[in-house]
Amino acid sequence: MALIEGKTGNWEVVIGLEVHAQVVSRSKLFSGAATGFGAEPNSQVSPVDAAFPGMLPVINRFCVEQAVKTGIGIEGKVNPTSVFDRKNYFYADLPAGYQISQFTRPIVSGGSIALDLPEGRSRTIGVTRLHLEQDAGKSLHDQHPNLTYVDLNRAGTALMEIVSEPELRSAEEAGAYLRKLRTILRYLGTCDGNMEEGSLRCDANVSVRKPGAPLGTRCEIKNVNSIRFAMLAIDYEARRQIDLIEEGGVVKQETRLFDSARGVTRPMRSKEQAHDYRYFPDPDLLPLVLDPAEIERLRAAMPELPDRKKERFVQDYKLTPYDAGVLVSERQTADFFERVAKGRDARAAANWVTGELFGLLNKAGKGIEQSPVSADAIGALLDLIADNTVSGRTAKDVFAEMFETGKDAAAIVEAKGLRQVTDSGAIEAAVDRVIAEQPEKVAEFRAGKDKLFGYFVGQVMKATGGKANPGTLNELLKKKLSG
Amino acid sequence: MELCDLTIAQARDGLGARRFSARELTEAHVKAMEVARGLNAFITETPERALIDAARADVRIAAGDARALEGIPLAIKDLFCTEGVLTTAASHILDGFKPPYESTVTAKLWAQGAGMLGKANLDEFAMGSSNITSYYGAVRSPWRRRGDDRPLVPGGSSGGSAAAVAARIAMAALGTDTGGSIRQPASFTGLVGMKPTYGRCSRWGIVAFASSLDQAGSLTRTVRDSAIMLRAMSGHDPKDSTSATLPVPDYEAALTGNIRGLRFGVPKEYRVEGMPAEIEKLWQTGIEWLRAAGAEPVDINLKLTKYALPTYYIIAPAEASSNLARYDGVRFGLRVEGKSIEEMYEATRAEGFGDEVKRRILIGTYVLSAGYYDAYYLKAQRVRALIAADFKRAFETVDVILTPTAPNAAFAVGEKMDDPLAMYLNDVFTVPISLAGLPAISVPAGLSSEGLPLGLQVIGRAFDEETVLRAAESLERAANFTARPPVLS
Amino acid sequence: MSIDKATVAHIAALARIRVPEADRERLAGELRKIVAWIEQLDEIDTTGVEPMASVVEMTTPQRPDAVNDGDCRDKVLANAPAASHGFFTVPKVVE
Repeated sequence: MALIEGKTGNWEVVIGLEVHAQVVSRSKLFSGAATGFGAEPNSQVSPVDAAFPGMLPVINRFCVEQAVKTGIGIEGKVNPTSVFDRKNYFYADLPAGYQISQFTRPIVSGGSIALDLPEGRSRTIGVTRLHLEQDAGKSLHDQHPNLTYVDLNRAGTALMEIVSEPELRSAEEAGAYLRKLRTILRYLGTCDGNMEEGSLRCDANVSVRKPGAPLGTRCEIKNVNSIRFAMLAIDYEARRQIDLIEEGGVVKQETRLFDSARGVTRPMRSKEQAHDYRYFPDPDLLPLVLDPAEIERLRAAMPELPDRKKERFVQDYKLTPYDAGVLVSERQTADFFERVAKGRDARAAANWVTGELFGLLNKAGKGIEQSPVSADAIGALLDLIADNTVSGRTAKDVFAEMFETGKDAAAIVEAKGLRQVTDSGAIEAAVDRVIAEQPEKVAEFRAGKDKLFGYFVGQVMKATGGKANPGTLNELLKKKLSG
Repeated sequence: MELCDLTIAQARDGLGARRFSARELTEAHVKAMEVARGLNAFITETPERALIDAARADVRIAAGDARALEGIPLAIKDLFCTEGVLTTAASHILDGFKPPYESTVTAKLWAQGAGMLGKANLDEFAMGSSNITSYYGAVRSPWRRRGDDRPLVPGGSSGGSAAAVAARIAMAALGTDTGGSIRQPASFTGLVGMKPTYGRCSRWGIVAFASSLDQAGSLTRTVRDSAIMLRAMSGHDPKDSTSATLPVPDYEAALTGNIRGLRFGVPKEYRVEGMPAEIEKLWQTGIEWLRAAGAEPVDINLKLTKYALPTYYIIAPAEASSNLARYDGVRFGLRVEGKSIEEMYEATRAEGFGDEVKRRILIGTYVLSAGYYDAYYLKAQRVRALIAADFKRAFETVDVILTPTAPNAAFAVGEKMDDPLAMYLNDVFTVPISLAGLPAISVPAGLSSEGLPLGLQVIGRAFDEETVLRAAESLERAANFTARPPVLS
Repeated sequence: MSIDKATVAHIAALARIRVPEADRERLAGELRKIVAWIEQLDEIDTTGVEPMASVVEMTTPQRPDAVNDGDCRDKVLANAPAASHGFFTVPKVVE
């Protein structure tokens, strides 16, 4: 358990996260307007989204399915009947004066998310619920000295609100929770997980207490738009509360905003008023009843999720849990790896993907889906290593060129004459030459300076232009030196 | 016979036989609208539009291509959104609002060839039973008490619709009924007022008051016209999640005139304290009429009747408080400027809503607020379930239920005005049906001792408007209500 | 609990309707009367009764995920009391 040191002893931070994940859908939750990001203001607004008089909501089936899939993905219970409620409050970008959400009867209850923590540690965090709701529009406060501009393009877009139990105990765990949740959402394709565009947003409830003490008063930090900021905001807020209490103050339950430029949280003025949302079932919508056969159909069509995939990679491919974890963090990476590994040495495949490929991709600032070298091309290179056409060392140079030019491995090996020498006669000649040229070093080696073996290997390699098969070379060198 | 005195069915025949044109028919009604402007039945008159509609209808008729309501000029309650035509809900807060869309029900009427005379006055946001809460002024009934020239209320909230049809300005009118807003004014003005089953007509494009109760319906002068209107208005609408997916019957064909063997319930709980003896007597007469036509009266119990009104006055304001939150001065209608957005909201809504609307928003906000939700709102929804169950049980033994429509005849402008609760009691017989979502119709059955119309209500099973209409027609025939508002004589 | 001036002020604030101090007492009286009247529902035993979800005995219909609305900015803004550069505008909101 990560404790924070204060003047009066150690403190435990208690965190619960509310994640708003925008459902990947063409049209909105209750209207037929488009959902694309970055459109002209108010160009994706129907009279329903703008809450014009007499307009009525009709739910988008696809969004319901995405919520069900996500619920299954986080191992929640999909409720056959759920209810939409109105959450009543006034805000400039909330056109109806209420948000259609789910309060007493969400579409998914319970669930859990397994965190992958450093040093192979793991913790399972409970999920309280997942419910469907509409997003609000966007208020722009910086366009005019005394006006707020309101764009309703986002109003009515489907969100899944995923609420964790207050079981997270550090900013690090919160970060791991968000990463894992994002991975699951991306695997399912139900949310693109893009925090910069706001399709994944997070509110953090933070409180502190002495270990074993009852829960402290919590503050809610709103709309944190990156995992890093969430972690910074939590650390700041925990420290703020500890300092406040230790100086004799009392934490006030309030909504706070994270100011990423200054790295601090501050109270939100617009949320100062005590809220009374007056939830009641939306009379414009009837209960949402799911057909059990439909739930089963969606369950059967679920992709393999990261935890299961990681387990399989460790078991079937004999990968280390760490490598498996890295490979499954994105579905595309896992798929790429499996394509490379198919029929080959899986550990070598994992090393090449997480080592050479990731290294060059990182340097180039590219994602795996933009890799200039395909999985099949890497596979072909691995085949050249396996059949001793090239040495592992040469292969790295070949790979760099593949990455650069997009050419395939065999062509590069041929064109550059990099085929490794496996003819033991040619290697033997080179070994003999090196031994003959370095009598003193040979004497030293024979006198017990074993470290020199590596030196001789290098010399022979050099003499063969790096093309000598390392196995043959080692064998011959050992024999000749000892002889 | 004057063109304005024709029923829709008669006009349909006359137009078909080329005895007059749609243009002549509409011109006569436009003229009547001008003459009767003193009733304040319309918020917006659209005579040019009506004449264009008529010209189109004449082309259709000439081509032998007439539809169900071809050339019929109608009044539309100003709660229905009409594309490009001012739509106010009789509220200051919708100042200048021209919807960029047409309500489903009005669109269906136009698709059947009807024409629009104008947008009829109503109680603000349909909240009221006398049409005195309109920002555009009270509507006056064309009726007068015998020997008393004080103006009377037409009932509400569809008061402008009722006045327009009673005064022979419109051949029929579109209304909405949340707790009695079609049936009570129909009873007050000697008209047939039909509230169909909840879900029968789309609510899309109707300014919402209480979503779980609002239903479109018609005010007509005959049951047959009511059947014609209902067929044109009904049908599943994918844009309304509460719209029923049932096929629409030919309601006119249901008017067989034969109610032999029909069992009709008579709930003794409708004999409420203080109800005038003449209404009790009229009810007895109605029972005799149906019996004489071969139907069989059955005593039934609707034990929770007296709790329907308080239930309604929790649920309807609760829904309204939320439905009316959208009138915030941001996207349409009135804005009263303020230094901050909060000031703007509070000033806009203080000035934009009238007293009764504010009262209901405050009550609704209160019953939904933290700590009271269970005691009021949830309790009311539980009682509502019991009320609906009472009706369901009753309909296991009867086909329809017969009751008075209202506990009193029309009253004068100024009477009952100071006490909201006394006003709410107008809907004591209509509200239970609304809570249960059932179809009901008010049929003019006689005159009070003061010479004012009184209606009887026929209630039916969910989606069985056919039987309701058939029984209503039988009552209509027996009552032979021919009285006309004195204004017309 | 009885509705007093403070209750009126509180619910009026929730409903964003300005109610002048001078009107609060009168409104409190009206609301008290109405609430006392609706409280007669307490006479009914509703133990075990499910609150009515809807009078319509059906479940909510679901529509296909198709874009067939929106893209009508001019229509959406046409009724706005104030708009600028394609946005609705309101007095500045301070977060």
